[in-house]
Amino acid sequence: MSVKAAPRPDEPHAAPAPDKLKAAPKPDNLVAAVVRRVLFYTLLTLVAAFFALPLLWLVFTPFDRHPSLSVKLPEFTLDNFRVLLDSPYALSSLKNSVLIAGGAMVMVVVFAALAAYALSRVRIPGRDALLYGLLLLSSIVTGTAAMVPIFLLMFQLNLIDSRTGVSLVLAGGLLPAAIFILKDFMDATPRSYEESARVFGASPLQVLRHIVLPIARPGLATIAVWALVNAWGDFLIAFILLRDPDKSPAGVVMYTFYTEGGQANLPLISAFSLLYAIPVVAMYLFVSRRYGFRFHGGIKG
Amino acid sequence: MASIEMQGLTKTYPGGVTAVDGLDLTIADGEFFALLGPSGCGKTTLLRTIAGLERATSGTLLLGGRDVTTATPGKRDVAMVFQDYALFPHMNVQDNIAYPLRIQKMALGERRAKALETARGLGLEELMDRRPGQLSGGQQQRVALARAIAYRPQAFLFDEPLSNLDARLRLEARTFLKRLQGELGVTTVFVTHDQAEALAMADRMAVMEAGHIRQVGTPSDIFHRPVNVFVANFIGSTPMNLLPATVAVGADGAHLMLGAVRLPVPALAAGLLHDDGEEVVLGFRPEYTDLSTEVRPNSLSGPVVVVENLGATALVSVETEVQIVQAVVPQGDEPGIGEPAWVTPQHARALVYRKADGLLVAKDKENGRSVEPAAGPQTEPVPT
Repeated sequence: MSVKAAPRPDEPHAAPAPDKLKAAPKPDNLVAAVVRRVLFYTLLTLVAAFFALPLLWLVFTPFDRHPSLSVKLPEFTLDNFRVLLDSPYALSSLKNSVLIAGGAMVMVVVFAALAAYALSRVRIPGRDALLYGLLLLSSIVTGTAAMVPIFLLMFQLNLIDSRTGVSLVLAGGLLPAAIFILKDFMDATPRSYEESARVFGASPLQVLRHIVLPIARPGLATIAVWALVNAWGDFLIAFILLRDPDKSPAGVVMYTFYTEGGQANLPLISAFSLLYAIPVVAMYLFVSRRYGFRFHGGIKG
Repeated sequence: MASIEMQGLTKTYPGGVTAVDGLDLTIADGEFFALLGPSGCGKTTLLRTIAGLERATSGTLLLGGRDVTTATPGKRDVAMVFQDYALFPHMNVQDNIAYPLRIQKMALGERRAKALETARGLGLEELMDRRPGQLSGGQQQRVALARAIAYRPQAFLFDEPLSNLDARLRLEARTFLKRLQGELGVTTVFVTHDQAEALAMADRMAVMEAGHIRQVGTPSDIFHRPVNVFVANFIGSTPMNLLPATVAVGADGAHLMLGAVRLPVPALAAGLLHDDGEEVVLGFRPEYTDLSTEVRPNSLSGPVVVVENLGATALVSVETEVQIVQAVVPQGDEPGIGEPAWVTPQHARALVYRKADGLLVAKDKENGRSVEPAAGPQTEPVPT
């Protein structure tokens, strides 16, 4: 503070300047501040530990000679992965997961992009009501509640025990929210961009390919990752709709890793969990680097 | 290059709003034509209808003699520059300029070369790798122009291309655009709400109001002989003085009475006012108003209330018996606030409008331009 303002006459008990306070804090305040700070960081550490422990288990246990449910530094071995390779369904289930989740992701991105574009550009009565209705129904009437009708529907369509069927159901569940989010991205693209392209002779499909999709690309990338993660982590739909273990995705196969005694087969489960997690994390990192959407803060550098 | 011809062109929006109402207009080949009007007058709708972005409800539109009333935008061979320029943010300048050529399926190397050639003509060759977001407003405008030029269209359509520039840049862009249009010789339709812009740039212009064209003519015609009160009010950087008056016919001919002040009938309306007591509007521009600080007969008088400095001139407002009247005087000659002043319209420049229909009182031959009724279907005789 370079300028010292004289206390105004109507404020006879004006507070002392803040720099004075800082220079000579009262000892009581100091102790209270330190205690507060210690408590705060202790709490933060506990919370962090609560969330970090499962992750540490996931990273350490697969390499442990004697895996257990506790987190400890491993006696290093790759035996668990060798056992995993011998398991008949482990690797094929990862392939199934890629097919099912990838299929669902492609369907969600393609159909959501087209639907969101159309809904953003065409004026039809009740458009917003339709969107909100879709979103509401899809988020409230979730997969579990709708499982019986979905099963019957798939049965009639002859899509029981088919990976295509699982992809379709997953995509159907994700589409409303995806359309809703993407429509916002499409709305943000000024109409004049498209009109400009149209005056130069671009067809509607060219407008979509050259102008609308490139501009909405961060949105499409977000939707792609979100759809993939959701479909990758699905258990229930694949569990109910698939019969043949050869077609089961990783989420379902992991459920079958038990020892003869009915105990969870920890060596197998831990190693498999790590393999199961890696593709999703890798995909997130790739998309995040490529398209630069950040989940932490919105300040432009 | 092509002429643009509209016959009975009407655009009614689904809500029932008629934005363009039975328009007849011909824009000659190579002409720089301005569509001027206040916001909501239908000028932008008309431009978009020419571009094909709006489908005409009825009427015919001919481009270079070809009927394009129902053609899609891409088949009309016109290029449009939008108010926000509509540059594609994910493409660099080069790809933006080359975009029309990409649609025409020109090979990549060839269209890049053409884009560079066009950009050179506009001084953009240094900026080819930039994204539109990295350009200034003036540069963005030139890129949008370059993209339109690269398309080699039959006609350019500009939708307020100068309104996003700051005042100084706008003047430069005005000169630049006019020169460019002259060099290219491409028919250009230009939409603006700024009358100074239209007067400065256009070869001919149309003043629109509520979906109708009120007057078509050269900027000079429209400035000196606005056909009705609306146009008179709209044109001119300082608003025209419009004063209510009544016609008084005596033994010595007709005069105009403004309150108790008696003024001669202006030259243009001389011999045309015969009805004693008819209500008219006397219009005269501040530029064509004589101001005196000494007593003068047959003039409006009152104290000076405001003096605005316009640079080389000053705009003086005088509170006369009738209403405030403004006059432009050379810098240095302006009276002080509160001083009495006497103002008289210049006899040769003043205009008289009939109060009943708002139309200019002038012999049609002398006027030489269309005088159309203010209401009812518009039939616009087109000067050639």
